[in-house]
Amino acid sequence: MSVTLTLNDRTITLDLAGDVPLLWAIRENAGLTGTKYGCGIAQCGACTVHLGGKPVRSCVTPVSAVAGKPVTTIEGVSGASARAVQSAWEKLDVVQCGYCQSGQIMSAIALLNEKRDPTDAEIDAAMSGNICRCGTYTRIRAAIHEAAEMRKGAHSERRNPRR
Amino acid sequence: MPGLVIGFYLPERRAALALQAIEQPLGFAPNAFLRIGADDSVTVISKHIEVGQGAYTGLATILAEELDAAWPQVRVEPAPADDNLYKNLRFGVQSTCCSDSISNSFEQYRQAGAMARAMLVAAAAQRWHVSGNEVTVEDGVVKHLRSSQQAAFGDLALLAATMPPPARVTLKDPRDFKLIGAAGLPRVDGKAKSNGSALFPIDVSLPDMVIASVEKPLRFGALPRSFDPVAAKSVPGVIEVVRVSEGVAVVARSFPAALRGRKALKIEWDESKCEVRGTSELLREYRTLLDQPGTVARRDGDAAVGLAGAARTLTATYEFPYLAHVPMEPDSAVARLSADRCDIWTYDAAPTALQNTAAHITGLRPEQVQIHSLYGGGSYGGGGGGAGIAVEVARATGGRFPVKLIETREDMMRADEFRPMYLHRLTAGLDKEGNLIAWHHRIVGQSIFAGQPGYVTNGVDFISVAGASNIPYDIPNILVDLHSTTSGIPVSPWRSVGDSHNAFAVETFLDDIAQAAGRDPLEFRRALLPKDPRQKQILEFAIDDHFRDSTFAKFPRDRQVLELAAAKANWGAPLGAGKGRGIAVHYSFKTSVAHVAEVSVGPSGRVKVDRVFCAIDCGVPVNPDIIRAQVEGGVAFGLSSILHERITVKAGAVEQSNFHDYRLLRIDEMPSVEVHIVQSAEPPTGIGEPVVPSVGPAVSNAIFAATGKRLRTLPLDQAL
Repeated sequence: MSVTLTLNDRTITLDLAGDVPLLWAIRENAGLTGTKYGCGIAQCGACTVHLGGKPVRSCVTPVSAVAGKPVTTIEGVSGASARAVQSAWEKLDVVQCGYCQSGQIMSAIALLNEKRDPTDAEIDAAMSGNICRCGTYTRIRAAIHEAAEMRKGAHSERRNPRR
Repeated sequence: MPGLVIGFYLPERRAALALQAIEQPLGFAPNAFLRIGADDSVTVISKHIEVGQGAYTGLATILAEELDAAWPQVRVEPAPADDNLYKNLRFGVQSTCCSDSISNSFEQYRQAGAMARAMLVAAAAQRWHVSGNEVTVEDGVVKHLRSSQQAAFGDLALLAATMPPPARVTLKDPRDFKLIGAAGLPRVDGKAKSNGSALFPIDVSLPDMVIASVEKPLRFGALPRSFDPVAAKSVPGVIEVVRVSEGVAVVARSFPAALRGRKALKIEWDESKCEVRGTSELLREYRTLLDQPGTVARRDGDAAVGLAGAARTLTATYEFPYLAHVPMEPDSAVARLSADRCDIWTYDAAPTALQNTAAHITGLRPEQVQIHSLYGGGSYGGGGGGAGIAVEVARATGGRFPVKLIETREDMMRADEFRPMYLHRLTAGLDKEGNLIAWHHRIVGQSIFAGQPGYVTNGVDFISVAGASNIPYDIPNILVDLHSTTSGIPVSPWRSVGDSHNAFAVETFLDDIAQAAGRDPLEFRRALLPKDPRQKQILEFAIDDHFRDSTFAKFPRDRQVLELAAAKANWGAPLGAGKGRGIAVHYSFKTSVAHVAEVSVGPSGRVKVDRVFCAIDCGVPVNPDIIRAQVEGGVAFGLSSILHERITVKAGAVEQSNFHDYRLLRIDEMPSVEVHIVQSAEPPTGIGEPVVPSVGPAVSNAIFAATGKRLRTLPLDQAL
């Protein structure tokens, strides 16, 4: 059978069964490999993508369940939060092995879209579904604060471009 | 080592040029470790794989330093498999291990950069008709100041390639380092790993590629006696079912199809040779051994006499579980086989060994096997496996299609090679004044390196006792003995290996003794570190020459990091109610590390680690920010293991399968980490592993300080 979905603003039709997890449709059928497989049971967050702007674990989301809602992966993120998060990740050199980081970044972008200036406790709550075995947690926390600051700066620049 | 002059090995250059002829027709490749392109790019060839530890950035920093390259022009490529060119200088074969990527490559990559610089200078001198002595290189620009001429590396690359290689080069005085030790040098892999474009083995896609997934036995040592592939083959998307050494592989058009195929497989396992014991049976055996003398690993004075004459003795028994590596990337590898060539995409830490394995499986010659190393999704001593099985499947399917093997998380958890389970008993004797006069440490558990020459001396695998037999403390009577057990449960090095359990036992028991003696834990340790442990007379010491040069830290590095960590953590300052502070120091992988942990205990008794301070002496800090990152990650890794991690085995089968029953530390349990790096001009030493061992005992000592509870069975969350 075939499934039609909107992936990173493009509508694509994939030839696969509806119960195939979205993760594998993205990786194997659409060929986008930034989204990672880590556990297959929604325990580690490496497969996090945005479904209608909300973070979901694509490893347990059947591809049939996403019809009609836009799917965004690390390759397709855009907007002020995404720019700020990715810049902050680079600025603070958050990554080590990097395997979990697409998922971390997708969760962080979703958090910043919800909360402009999250506290440590809010960061911990929003990010505790994403495991990093390298233990980059202190930098993830710092980078989310940094991204929040960057967004504030970008916001005030827009309001007052001469500043 | 200012102004060191070192000769060159020309065969490396010829081999490098041959390599370049295949892969990069234009540019300048003065040796096997770099290539300068017409576009000014400096491509550093890394002989070590990148698994997050920062080897790519580190090796690039070292080479670019002596080349005087500008950091933005530097990129890194993995080396192909080649022991001649890319061997780990410590082991003689190509391998990324043992926290020595930077230490074994430091001089080599400096020389490589200096050689290229000299040839660029010679080319500029020839072009500008000036003396080479007047030519300088700065930030990737070659300059002749007097005539105001300058050129980029790319402009000089072709001419430089015709210059005779210098017979010797002069290395920089460390005082002139600009990149080595610089703050704010971004990682070379930071961007690609922040936008999803970094390629890991699981991401490789080739035309017509198929996916393989292997059904393995639940019990260690079982083998498929027979299997019925019919039902599996009828699953849509499944192409073939083949026998491989580890089990039965389902070959399919997609990973979900391969998993469905595995579910439909009918396999009869031959369990006649498999391990039938579980961890409880092994523990019972270990407890019996704990009462019997083991093989002596170290003997100073006479511990039995010391204990017999002691005014007071203390004893403690510790249980350490099997631990899994759990890299976030489940083992994945791609193999493509043709009549005369095999290509493998992987992050195997020993590419030439894999080349030999693949040659053995396929009947090809090793040089017909090409290893393409990619970013690895974590190691910690494991990870990067699966390539051999991918080759087996490619062979079994006649090379008809490239094969990507993907393990499930459950496969990884159940069939890992684990950090062994250990049982320890420590006994200490104090004299009337509270001085520590006798120390007996007995260890029971599997040897990782049993039977391997260079590791086992007088019946002792040094790795089993690392951090126990080489304690630096000045105790007159010391006995460390070992029972090396065997079981069908596979074991392997796990980040910090023997030091991971030995440091915990030693450093927490020391706190028990300090308390018994009425002494402050910091002062007690300082008093036990009065002089170079090399001066102490050791009657028996089972340690291979391999480790002898690194047995003890250069004196007084251990004491210095202990004092530094204590000072930065404001040791001794009062903490609020329900809080506690703990300290531990440990030397491993030639690096001295001390941690101070602060914990608080909530009203419900829940322990939270608030802050960790770390002081580290790892020689010249090549990339201070990566060292900090490794310390931060090491705190998470150490904490995760002592708080939560445990593999149990029942009747020869692992009971855990995924993250729901093998719990790892998450962000909400992560303390803040403060890192203090000792400035040093000594050669660089290890980072990745030595930052782990002292985390656990510092935290355990802090819990003890806060609660009075001494927990000696790991993981601690069973009792907290």
